[in-house]
Amino acid sequence: MSVLVYTESEGGKFKKAALEVASYAKEIANMLGTTVTAVSIHGGDSNELGAYGVDKVLEVKNDKLSTFNAKAYADTLKQAAEKEDAKVVVVSSSADSKFLAPLLAVNLNAGYASNVVALPEGASPFKVKRTAFTNKAFNITEITTDVKVIGLSNNAFGLKENSAAAVAEAFEPSLAEEDFNVNVVSVDKATDKVSIADAEIVVSGGRGLKGPENWGMIEDLADVLGAATACSKPVSDMGWRPHGEHVGQTGKPVASNLYIAVGVSGAIQHLAGINASKVKVVINNDPEAPFFKAADYGIVGDAFEVVPKLIEKLKEFKSNNA
Amino acid sequence: MKILVCISHVPDTTSKINFTDGDTKFDTNGVQFVINPNDEFGLTRAMWFKEKQGASVDVVNVGGAETEPTLRKALAIGADNAIRINAEAVDGFFVAKQLAKVVQDGGYDLVIAGRESIDYNGGMVPGMVAALTGSNFVNTCIGLEVEGDVATATREIDGGKETSTAKLPLVIGGQKGLVEESDLRIPNMRGIMMARKKPLNVIEPVEAGNETKAVQFQKPAPKGDVKLVSPDNVQELIDLLHNEAKAI
Repeated sequence: MSVLVYTESEGGKFKKAALEVASYAKEIANMLGTTVTAVSIHGGDSNELGAYGVDKVLEVKNDKLSTFNAKAYADTLKQAAEKEDAKVVVVSSSADSKFLAPLLAVNLNAGYASNVVALPEGASPFKVKRTAFTNKAFNITEITTDVKVIGLSNNAFGLKENSAAAVAEAFEPSLAEEDFNVNVVSVDKATDKVSIADAEIVVSGGRGLKGPENWGMIEDLADVLGAATACSKPVSDMGWRPHGEHVGQTGKPVASNLYIAVGVSGAIQHLAGINASKVKVVINNDPEAPFFKAADYGIVGDAFEVVPKLIEKLKEFKSNNA
Repeated sequence: MKILVCISHVPDTTSKINFTDGDTKFDTNGVQFVINPNDEFGLTRAMWFKEKQGASVDVVNVGGAETEPTLRKALAIGADNAIRINAEAVDGFFVAKQLAKVVQDGGYDLVIAGRESIDYNGGMVPGMVAALTGSNFVNTCIGLEVEGDVATATREIDGGKETSTAKLPLVIGGQKGLVEESDLRIPNMRGIMMARKKPLNVIEPVEAGNETKAVQFQKPAPKGDVKLVSPDNVQELIDLLHNEAKAI
């Protein structure tokens, strides 16, 4: 028996979320008195996982799996879980993990809890805390099945170093033709930009910026912080920014360490979507903007004056702290 | 093409979230219920398939009689038939089992569900329905076309989008992007009148267990007041973010 964890990679390197789910899986393994096995599909250097408590890595290298395919990946994880007799399987909250997790849960007859933000309260009953009502509440969910699938919320647990051996072992799943019935024909992805899902810091602009031509300073602010850019719903509805940047209840969820909102008033739907972020900053010229009630830090002022000053000071800060 | 749109009956996005019975139940007192926004984008896309390609569109929901106004609204928007599975939606797996039965009995080609409901945010029903019915599945779907028995579906991925083709039957977990916000329809009087005459069939649930139990709810701890920094002293903000919040 072991705790199985799906460690995702991007361009041959483990994602930060992979190290986070490994750290989390290690704590569960300690609780259950067992070990951690990771599944790495065309992944990074397995030794790296050892530093976060992984004892064994099932390395999958199969040309058919060189690009993500939810059904085939779910099938691979199912076979790995059975081989390892895993009772707990941990995945992240990436778009891919959320895609495959329900398929995996049905395959394993496992109960699935998504958006989990803390360690289980105990092994039996197995109860986890998760976000619900789009971050307006938490929900303690008991998973009653023998095998359990947990989707860990990004940045909810953090990284925890541990030293384990991380013994690598080749793993060849047996895949069926029907695993490949959904065929990817094109991918459109900005490789030079950090994605909202993976970003530590997100800088977001709202209607207060008055027009798409003013987004340069949002991008500059994001650049100096190594942040992803985002926007509010009206901004994407008006076509100022692409839909992929819309964050909020019906857009992308954000759970970054730092969220900086510029000219965003803070409608309840927007706040719901970004509330899982740890530290929130708002810059808005309207002191009555609801965002000030949700933020940790705020500046009441004209974004067109404040943001350029902030960029300049941040550049100094970065060069002094490099 | 036979389309089934799965409708979740959820509290309006601006509702105050409170709990009762020792924080074990959602307090519905004074709460306005609506079609789950992620489902509404899918329903609107289904209307497009109906008008342009002659598809038939049924809507389904798992819930008690109190959810019927939400199904009637979907009929008023233009769905042909509604089905209510008369059971409490205990968990995502239970709901998926009920929907899978309807999908199989009805021989649907395309099943559109929202990527998640905005209340429980489980995000599992569409995928589970696909797995239980052996259908193809695309999640976080932001674009969908169907030609003959082949669908082209675009999904949102972290940092971009990805387009796939798949044969029907297909289940999608939909969201905004399937149609734009401005394409959403408000039922007109004629639609509302017609919806009254459209069939709303109530069926009993199939035997199915649940795999998870929502045992308790908690509200987030109240947040402290915002710390305001003068617009003339942005350095202070940097210092606070670095030394106090440890966020940069």
